Amino acid sequence: MSDEGQIMLRETFTVAGGDFSHAGRVSTTIKSMLKQIGFPSAVIRRTAIATYEAEMNVVVYADRADVTFEVTPKTIRVTLADQGQGIADLELAMQEGFSTATDEIREMGFGAGMGLPNIKRNADELEINSEVGVGTTVKITINAGE
Amino acid sequence: MVAEGYYHAHEVNEGGCDGRMRCLKVCPTDAIRVRDGKAHIIGELCVDCGECITACPRGAVVPLADRLGQRSPEYKCVVAIPSPVLYSQFSSDIAPRRIFEALQRIGFDHVFDVARACDWETLASRIFLDEHEGRWPMISGFCPAVVRLIQVKYPELTEHIMPLEVPREITAREAKQKLSRDLGLDVSEIEAVYITPCPAKVVSIRQPAEKNRSWLDRAIAISEVYGPLRAALAAAEPVPSSELFESATYGPGWSRLGGMTSLLRTERWIAVSGMSDVTKILDDIENSRLRDVEFIEASACLGGCIGGPLTVENIYIARSRTYRLGEKYSRNIERHANQVEELYRKKFFSMENPLAPRPLSPLDPDIGRAIEMVRKRDEIYESLPKIDCAACGSPNCLAFAEDVVKGDIERSTCIVLRARAR
Ligand SMILES: Nc1ncnc2c1ncn2[C@@H]1O[C@H](COP(=O)(O)OP(=O)(O)OP(=O)(O)O)[C@@H](O)[C@H]1O
Ligand code: SF4
Ligand SMILES: [Mg+2]
Repeated sequence: MSDEGQIMLRETFTVAGGDFSHAGRVSTTIKSMLKQIGFPSAVIRRTAIATYEAEMNVVVYADRADVTFEVTPKTIRVTLADQGQGIADLELAMQEGFSTATDEIREMGFGAGMGLPNIKRNADELEINSEVGVGTTVKITINAGE
Repeated sequence: MVAEGYYHAHEVNEGGCDGRMRCLKVCPTDAIRVRDGKAHIIGELCVDCGECITACPRGAVVPLADRLGQRSPEYKCVVAIPSPVLYSQFSSDIAPRRIFEALQRIGFDHVFDVARACDWETLASRIFLDEHEGRWPMISGFCPAVVRLIQVKYPELTEHIMPLEVPREITAREAKQKLSRDLGLDVSEIEAVYITPCPAKVVSIRQPAEKNRSWLDRAIAISEVYGPLRAALAAAEPVPSSELFESATYGPGWSRLGGMTSLLRTERWIAVSGMSDVTKILDDIENSRLRDVEFIEASACLGGCIGGPLTVENIYIARSRTYRLGEKYSRNIERHANQVEELYRKKFFSMENPLAPRPLSPLDPDIGRAIEMVRKRDEIYESLPKIDCAACGSPNCLAFAEDVVKGDIERSTCIVLRARAR
């Protein structure tokens, strides 16, 4: 996957940890950009769901993140690089139903342990790198055609 | 005025339009432009909510519903199917049975009530929600303006629309089949006429979203039959109001916001009305914010169909009457449960075809060029005053920037920019 040279659109955003009142803003912005460009609605939907879940994980579990959104002729890529606690056991975190959410978070409707599996299901490629105490980088790639 | 092959049930009467721009501001999909002092509707964007009809101070946006008294010779039998909203237009002392008789007196051969299909539909919706395994929440599909809004502006949410045939269509189908049996007529010799509170339903008849042909043939506005009905009611002998068809919601319940939903068994529902609030809720669904809601009743008109643009009575009076009518005529819905379950399994309520998204055409079919145009539009937008005054004839500065990129209008049309340049 190296069509890096032909980035047609690139935007950056930041997400603040704990900022529930603005949570979802980045995925909303990305979605409306994709809509305006005119991507097929299935592609938009998958990108939006995956981005939203990753953005919420930053809001719930990390301190802050830089988000990069790139469009190349064949792919849409969203990369969320956060600073925060990191994920100790990635394999465990990827399992459906696994969550470390507090009761308070659960009361807000999160913490079903479905976010990461949902990202996996909707992305064509998913790469996660994490270091405990430093942060997590989630790289989501969606094929633009179809 | 109607472009891109989409039928719409209202148009701007150019003679009447003097470019006052009220419509421009109320249109929820930014489908109106005022150019050379006249309003134009962009066919691809219009979802037929009728906000512009109500907003125009000159009455220059006119609905294109059919007129009373146009009886075409190809039909041997004409049946009226009144929206339950009709009953709320008259005093609640007037039993719906009398309104039926009055409809016959003004020229309809038969009248079929939608109330029973409403009850059935409520029960069918319960079964559907109990068995649903896909995405939540489901959204009611009875308001054609909401359905179009979703197809056009929220194409990814199309699969959230309840895939059940709506009560008015079921009633028309049943009426035609019954009359054709009873009278020995071919279905094509029977005309079903909907008495409608809105132009959206006129469109759903002429150009259904989910099938080739509606079971209804025409629609006449409630405001069109209101006068003749009043006269017929005044001239008629009162009939005892007790012997009536039975319905749990008594039909009127459905015409009031939340009426149907309150009979569903789920507690996790929302009832929303008015295009701007509906849009907010759709944004929330799209942004996964309403994941634990199961059902959303959504109507384009504030307060539900009793607020439709082709109604006559003040919505608050109509609303209070729906409660009175409900108290008088409600019956227990549960006794239809077995029958509905059986019909449901036989696909009695299933839509003929699944609803498909109807996304807007992109700025350019080539992604690279489309991105370029979006970028240019944003650049232009940044240079604008962003006060959304609409004096340019586009509904807001962002829409204006897009119109400039599309070559529809010159950037120099912006009067604020011109004033500042001086
Ligand atoms: N960016 C992150 N930083 C630190 N920990 C994370 C991050 N993303 C996920 N995790 C950890 O992985 C677990 C699983 O995440 P996942 O998104 O699958 O579920 P959840 O967020 O707990 O619940 P849901 O997403 O269903 O609301 C989280 O509970 C958390 O412990
Ligand atoms: S809310 Fe009812 S009256 Fe209004 S547009 Fe929708 S269907 Fe028509
Ligand atoms: Mg999560």
